[in-house]
Amino acid sequence: MAYNLKDVMINKPSRLTPGHRMCAGCGAPPVTRMILRALKPEDHAVIACATGCMEVSTFIYPYTAWKDSFIHTAFECAGATESGVEAAYKSLKKQGKLPQDKNTKFIAFGGDGGTYDIGLQSLSGAMERGHDMTYVCYDNGAYMNTGIQRSSATPKFADTTTTPAGSVIPGKVQVKKDLTKIMVGHHIPYVAQTLAMTNFSDLYEKAEKAIYTEGPSFLNVMSPCPRGWGYNTEDLMTINKLAADTCYWPLYEVINGRYVINYKPANKLPIEEFLRPQKRFKHMFKPGNEWMIQEFQRVVDERWQELLDLEAMTNKPVEGQN
Amino acid sequence: MGIRERLSGNEAAAYAMKQINPDVVAAFPITPSTEIPQYFSMYVDNGEVDTEFVPVESEHSAMSACIGAEAAGARAMTATSANGLSLMWEMIYIASSLRLPIVLSLVNRAVSGPLNIHNDHSDAMGVRDAGWIMLFSENNQEAYDNILMAHRIAEHKDVQLPLMVCQDGFITSHSIENIELEDTDKVKAFVGTYKPEHYLLNADEPMAVGPLDLQAFLFEHKKQQAEAMRNAKRVVKEVSEDFERTFGRHYEFFERYYMDDAELVVVAMNSTAGTAKAAINELRSQGIRAGLIKVRMFRPFPAEEIAEALKNASAIAVLDKSDSLNGCGGALYEDVVSAMFTSNIHVPTVNYVYGIGGRDTTTDHIKTVFTDLRMIADTKDIGNPYRYLGLREE
Repeated sequence: MAYNLKDVMINKPSRLTPGHRMCAGCGAPPVTRMILRALKPEDHAVIACATGCMEVSTFIYPYTAWKDSFIHTAFECAGATESGVEAAYKSLKKQGKLPQDKNTKFIAFGGDGGTYDIGLQSLSGAMERGHDMTYVCYDNGAYMNTGIQRSSATPKFADTTTTPAGSVIPGKVQVKKDLTKIMVGHHIPYVAQTLAMTNFSDLYEKAEKAIYTEGPSFLNVMSPCPRGWGYNTEDLMTINKLAADTCYWPLYEVINGRYVINYKPANKLPIEEFLRPQKRFKHMFKPGNEWMIQEFQRVVDERWQELLDLEAMTNKPVEGQN
Repeated sequence: MGIRERLSGNEAAAYAMKQINPDVVAAFPITPSTEIPQYFSMYVDNGEVDTEFVPVESEHSAMSACIGAEAAGARAMTATSANGLSLMWEMIYIASSLRLPIVLSLVNRAVSGPLNIHNDHSDAMGVRDAGWIMLFSENNQEAYDNILMAHRIAEHKDVQLPLMVCQDGFITSHSIENIELEDTDKVKAFVGTYKPEHYLLNADEPMAVGPLDLQAFLFEHKKQQAEAMRNAKRVVKEVSEDFERTFGRHYEFFERYYMDDAELVVVAMNSTAGTAKAAINELRSQGIRAGLIKVRMFRPFPAEEIAEALKNASAIAVLDKSDSLNGCGGALYEDVVSAMFTSNIHVPTVNYVYGIGGRDTTTDHIKTVFTDLRMIADTKDIGNPYRYLGLREE
């Protein structure tokens, strides 16, 4: 069935209710709602969530914004927690202790703190063990819940509260970790990188593939944070679009090891377009700091080229067979 | 009548798990408990259990997966020791606060550092306030029996708390002893099936577990946990009585050994109780009125009952296989002393920290304790209450 935003919005009511306390202009709630819409309406889901903005804003006792079953345990173990839930499902289903005609899907959410950093081990273990689950990282590039401290997902030069743009050290010194590639290295059936762009089709389609691919799958979703990035709340979708158009956040998927780039901007914009509307990069535009923008651009270009190469390499017709 | 066998403590624990046939086991190897998931994996791979075994990448994930599984509606079990439990620590508290009756085999070992793989109780003492029911076992038989009783206690509607069954690393976990195993069908009938009222996998009633719980409610939720722990006392008693009716072996909160007329009393847990019994047998043959309280149920702590049992003693030594490093004594000592004080019982009581890092504790050591107690009883002078047993002091 071809994707149609209107159809999806009408026929698949949101499984994350209004009234949660995420900030206006935050990228995570629209992403979450759209991912959950990719569930078949008849399927039940058990959502696991790492400690972070999403958890503390959606499930404050005695209220929950989640229509599906939901479990939060701690910061670093959404992957392991959801593995336990999924193992329970397998076991109970096998023993006939659950209805045989009903399906339950397993989705874990974590921010970049809970995924790239403190939760990386738990995620890696869950993926390696092959649990039938989808892990979604909503990557906002810093520990936003505790007040914008750097993470390994924070891009180079970004001004955070633990990497302030100072007179000697100009923001974060290190480059952003490439978590999506780390997940590809797990040789799981489905890995994708996406964001909420224009009509959300890329996000929706990848969520659907991830949820309904048997075995572990991983979605890395760029999810801007108005407080941490310093943009106007109404500019969320513009920021997302610029991330894709500058190739800062390429949209691609890796299906059983084969790379597919889903969006190749006809006119690849210079990185300044993405950096300029964000206060965290403001210092990069001061006279004398042009080198920072050049370096940022160089890293983006290198990673984009690498991706193009990987796509070409993994889609080559198999040679040498007769 | 059960089946006579010869098993190590770890084998006994794994065999109990096999008979219980839990839905999920998630575990990570660590000496000396490694054998438990190892034996259990064999049962899984040979199709002898219905369990999903989750070979996690750490103990933190083991407890996280058990929490996920138990909340999902499954019976989840695990095993660990020492640093494994330390790594679980965060999740240990979360398991009990979520009121999930997970059962853990804790094969006691010294917590680092420095690194040591041998037995003491520093791992268990590190989680004594975590809201877990804690049962201690003198030998493989008690480890087996305690595990058979564990789910009935933990899953009881008035309790709903996780439970750990402790036994001494190597000393019992790796020692082969005679054991009486029960018939599997009888065990299954005794343990029963797990029917949680609410669980994540119930599609007809989705539920949310693990909220942000702020000033308005957390206090009351903690009070409920405390209430559940108090209820556990009654349930441990009921289940132990039913166990005796079913299988014939008698268990209480603590065992009284020669306590009827005991003047000099040692309080201890796990395998050292066996050593103490041997020492007491010798002393009794010399006419010395020595006795032992072997604490089986450390959490909830049977304060009134222990105080009552000790009220006629002339001198008491509480043996702690873990040093609390607080400048005033071990955890069991503090509990016993405050239990007596609260019950207005004043018997001279000293503390011995012993067996740290697997230091051997022999009947001769225990006999020196009774010699000290004789002196304390006669002089009413306890001297330094915070003592060491078996420490090399040169």
